[in-house]
Amino acid sequence: MQFSSRRKKYNTNSQTELYLHPLQFYGQPPLENISLSEFEAFAVDRLKLLKTIENLGVSYVKLSEQYTKKLESESKALNFLYRPDDDRKSSGPTEYEKRRKDHISHFILRLAYCQTEDLRRWFIQQEVDLFRYRFNELHPKQKLEFLHRNNLQYDTVSLSSFKYFESLFYALDLVRTRKVYLKAGYVFIPHQDIVTIVLNDFRTRLSKALALTARSLPAVHSDERLQPLLNHLSHAYVGQDYSIQKNVGKISLEQIDSLSGKSFPLCMRQLHQSLRENHHLRHGGRMQYGLFLKGIGLSLEQALQFWRSEFIRGKVDADKFDKAYAYSIRHMFGKEGKRTDYTPYSCMKVILSNPPSQGDHHGCPFRHSEPELLKQKLQFYKVSPSGISQILELVKGMHYQLACQKYFELTHNMEDASFSLNHPNQYFIESQKVLGGGKDLKREMDIPQRSQENSATRGPSAAPEAAANASQELAEVTEELDSFFQDA
Amino acid sequence: MSSSNYDSACLPDLLPLYYRRLFPFSQYYRWLNYGGVQKNYFQNREFSFTLKDDIYVRYQSFSTQTELEKEMQKMNPYKIDIGAIYSHRPNQHNTVKSGTFQALEKELVFDIDMTDYDDVRSCCSAADICCKCWTLMTIAIHILDRALREDFGFQHLLWVYSGRRGVHCWVCDEAARKLSVAARSAVAEYLSLVKGGEETLKKVVLTDPIHPFIRESLAVVERYFPRYALQEQDILGRKESVDKVLALMPEDILFTICSGAKKKTLGQYFEKEIMLQYCYPRLDVNVSKGVNHLLKSPFSVHPKTGRISVPMDLKELETFDPFAVPTISQICEELDRPRTEEEKSEDTKEKENEKDAAERRKIRDYKRTSLAKYVKYFDQFLEKMARSWKGELLKKSDLQKDF
Repeated sequence: MQFSSRRKKYNTNSQTELYLHPLQFYGQPPLENISLSEFEAFAVDRLKLLKTIENLGVSYVKLSEQYTKKLESESKALNFLYRPDDDRKSSGPTEYEKRRKDHISHFILRLAYCQTEDLRRWFIQQEVDLFRYRFNELHPKQKLEFLHRNNLQYDTVSLSSFKYFESLFYALDLVRTRKVYLKAGYVFIPHQDIVTIVLNDFRTRLSKALALTARSLPAVHSDERLQPLLNHLSHAYVGQDYSIQKNVGKISLEQIDSLSGKSFPLCMRQLHQSLRENHHLRHGGRMQYGLFLKGIGLSLEQALQFWRSEFIRGKVDADKFDKAYAYSIRHMFGKEGKRTDYTPYSCMKVILSNPPSQGDHHGCPFRHSEPELLKQKLQFYKVSPSGISQILELVKGMHYQLACQKYFELTHNMEDASFSLNHPNQYFIESQKVLGGGKDLKREMDIPQRSQENSATRGPSAAPEAAANASQELAEVTEELDSFFQDA
Repeated sequence: MSSSNYDSACLPDLLPLYYRRLFPFSQYYRWLNYGGVQKNYFQNREFSFTLKDDIYVRYQSFSTQTELEKEMQKMNPYKIDIGAIYSHRPNQHNTVKSGTFQALEKELVFDIDMTDYDDVRSCCSAADICCKCWTLMTIAIHILDRALREDFGFQHLLWVYSGRRGVHCWVCDEAARKLSVAARSAVAEYLSLVKGGEETLKKVVLTDPIHPFIRESLAVVERYFPRYALQEQDILGRKESVDKVLALMPEDILFTICSGAKKKTLGQYFEKEIMLQYCYPRLDVNVSKGVNHLLKSPFSVHPKTGRISVPMDLKELETFDPFAVPTISQICEELDRPRTEEEKSEDTKEKENEKDAAERRKIRDYKRTSLAKYVKYFDQFLEKMARSWKGELLKKSDLQKDF
């Protein structure tokens, strides 16, 4: 049995055939019409799933019991297929719906994540991990069926077909090191190695597909409905976006200095310090910090006063400030131009977009600072040496948000932050909760959250339990983002 | 008629004769054209020539057999190398947009050179060979031929004596010709067991489980080892070579042997490792890896020895004598022999054919020399391959609906 001639199987079968198996290579894009809201909902759900995978992959060994359990419950919560059902049930509408959602959402995210090297790399990594998890969950019979469907005969691979398959590099490696048995040009690969080969195949295909997708992106972007959606997805934070100001005016300008040391994430602390030292921040820094301040509750008047008083201490005189800088601050608050009420940047946005250059202080210090400089900064902020090395380890592994979370834990003297850091404003709120600072402040923050939910009430969460938080967020997000997109 | 008559100074006189009357052009073309299954396969093939005074020319290519003949008879190369099939005609590569001229296909080749065994042979060194160390080539051919056929499924292997101190293998299967660099490298490494250069004492290390390929190779080595290593090479006969062997043995074994104790140790395969280090084929992975690598052509002359690079019939491998391979001076001499009665009667028979007179003469010519049996064997090899081309051509014409 060999697959020496890999003639492309032009699938003339209907889409339903594609969903006969719980797992697929995503070779064919979906061909149906869907509504914009379904488009967005599917994409957001998958993004949440992939983010879960990313987080779990850091905290647990992949495919360990805890890993699979948690991933299973998340997949269930998001209505993605979580367990390959029996063949008998596979034609049922629910299973079909799940597979359809899987199919469609994958392709939507391709559009959003093909644009840059970083995005592509992230997307491929999570999709491969997801595939690995799902493949592992299949029954042996289903595994064979999958291989069969995709023209990979189960445990033999012909050497002559190597030329067609760069993804069989791994198989070549098995040959080179004599880890497999060869007979008459056939390579007999043990099952566990098959998985690696299949994964590499999946990875290669996806990588190529993304490159192709990137080329056709201009056409997609010209569609005005899709462009904002896709942009949002690729910078997406799938939690609260802190756009709706809940506690305006509850913070006084005098508090900012002390708050910056206690409750600001490192990026904002750094920006605040630079602002105080240089009496100036460039555009990137103004945006990142200014929106953050808006998110924690500064009103427009307070913001204008804040920036003005600082800039005047520098080289900017009052007149110039009013002319040049005030406008952009008002713009941030949606009082000028397009009147878009800009949302504070999420961690992902800070990390991925607009990297700082010489003279900038914005960005994510865990991502953008040289490790040595980061170390010095942390030392300056009195983080313990062991804490610093833990943080640096996370940075080395590119887990920037986890590093910030660790910074949170160290500065608040906590073992476990019990939240998953995704947004600088989230950091601030969580910090305030921990410090118990300002009961008023805290209650104000809780109440608006509750009033946001209309139907799905989960009860008040006075104590910040991770699970409750998560499910609360999940309920909110769909609604918040729904409304966000409906307005746009 | 002995090969000791050869003198490289005679090459300028001998080569024209060789290329005009002896070189088997039609078989050569038949081989490299591969049945015409792929368009421009022959035309896009690179040849390189080493001319008199060491002038080296690359990127030679030819449109037809006749053109090849004419050019070779004009240039009288001292040495001929065969390269890859490129995307364009090699002799026009300068006219092609940079980056688009690429090597696409080539036979999978192996080069076994006796000098690579210098650390384990005591009879000769460097370019010298003798009948004692020639066994190493016999062992190498047995092992590699079996592996390439049985493990990798290749069928069309041409083994060629290089003319001096080694052998080449040309794997001509279509699948082999299309292998990528990575795949070639993987095959070559699969076949490599002896690793390490000057600094490495122990060049073969075996671990459990022993791969079937190694087991098969060991079987071959063990067949020859007693006669070759112990008798002919006499590796345990002199202190110097005994020391070399001892250096390959794990220390605790030595201790065990000396103290007479019976103990099972970690170095359980040391005997096999030693045998392999002394006998297992040593191939140059770089030769096999590159799609564009140039290798000496069969039927090329070796300028230093005068011997023709002849294809080897593996059925006669045990009796193959590299010193009996004809030299160019020898076969040219044989041309001048008076014709026998048999040959004269053949003349009359062939006059009845419609073949070209020159062609007839040429066919008769090599047949009268010691080259004959090698060309005959080459014919058999081509015949076997041709059957697979036929199948391909039929497939193609079916697809195009040519009747």
